[in-house]
Amino acid sequence: MAEVEAPQARQITYCGVCTLPPEYCEFGGTAKKCEDWLKDNESNLWDKLYSEDALNANLSTLSVSAQERAAKDAAKKEAKAAASEARDSERKAASKVIIKRVERNKRKYVTVVIGLEVFGLENKKIAKDLGKKFATGSSVTRSPAGVEEITVQGDVSDDLSDWLLEVHGAKIPEANIEFVEDKKKKKSEQPIV
Amino acid sequence: MFKKEYVHCLTLRSHKPQAANGPHQGLLIPPSNRSKVKSSVQRGLRQKLLETYPGFEPVIEEFMPKKASLEAVKLPDRVTLYTIDSTPLFFQPIDGPPVPHLRLVHAYPSAIPTIQIDRGAIRFVLSGATLMAPGLTSPGGRLPDAEHAIEAGQIVGVTAEGKEEICLIGMLKVGTEEIKSKGKGVVMDEGHYLGDGLWRMHLD
Repeated sequence: MAEVEAPQARQITYCGVCTLPPEYCEFGGTAKKCEDWLKDNESNLWDKLYSEDALNANLSTLSVSAQERAAKDAAKKEAKAAASEARDSERKAASKVIIKRVERNKRKYVTVVIGLEVFGLENKKIAKDLGKKFATGSSVTRSPAGVEEITVQGDVSDDLSDWLLEVHGAKIPEANIEFVEDKKKKKSEQPIV
Repeated sequence: MFKKEYVHCLTLRSHKPQAANGPHQGLLIPPSNRSKVKSSVQRGLRQKLLETYPGFEPVIEEFMPKKASLEAVKLPDRVTLYTIDSTPLFFQPIDGPPVPHLRLVHAYPSAIPTIQIDRGAIRFVLSGATLMAPGLTSPGGRLPDAEHAIEAGQIVGVTAEGKEEICLIGMLKVGTEEIKSKGKGVVMDEGHYLGDGLWRMHLD
């Protein structure tokens, strides 16, 4: 943040899980995770926010029925968040990043990458990075099947997977990268992904 | 590139809960929607900002130095967000005053007037509900006394009972004195709250 080095600006720690200021974590829907995160990363704050006194103070200000409703609501929200996350990770485990080497001309290749967006990567940005890394043309194209893919000029499939694992290895497990060789001349004849 | 659900709940008027879109997703603004602001326009904006929020006067040099190049990001609903180095500073609807981004407000909390809601209202506010008077007039809420009354149409920050940080910022629909006397009804229609689309937006 720009105002970080400014002397008068207050620096606030934001929760690493739900991005809210930690005191609002309880309303973020991922309360449990936020608490753990805070405990690991900002133990001072954790002591302050999750001490017995603080919790009791929170509870005493509401009427019992309102408390119950709020708790129910929070539980529902949390369950929802957990479910969507589970779904997300399942989807991630099932899907693959496909690196395809397509013969464009005799001895000329382009490399096509499909399926990055499932892993939370931005196609456009990655394309730009790849272009810089390999010093070639690299662009996001829409395949005939309607899927967005990155086309990198030149055969860079090996280097590309190395780069992916190195830079975004945290997001993509190695097992989920798959190589495909496409000998066809025209890209339009690609099998549907 | 634009995700429709997000466009709706971006800043103003959000009735749709965000949770369905996953906690870390954000609307990515394509670079084409960003532009550098002319320095003359930037001066004007700065003036406007200071006029609206005299509280920023002593610190404006810190977050918005004269030399820094301001970027304008177009958001849906004819809202423009102004940033410096991908840090959101404030946004401005086409027909309204500039409103500081919550992160900026958190850095300089004394710059804007605040009111307080009670604990029961927090969860509604953080899911984008309109702010209603009872949340302010109840024992947990706080409104400024008569001398420091805030007029309708002013931008206020909303803190919450037992919390330090501001969780909502927006324009008051009715003055604080009127809220006190009436004690019900809508106080703030739309605002920028913690965890909304603008808050979660990634700029780089």
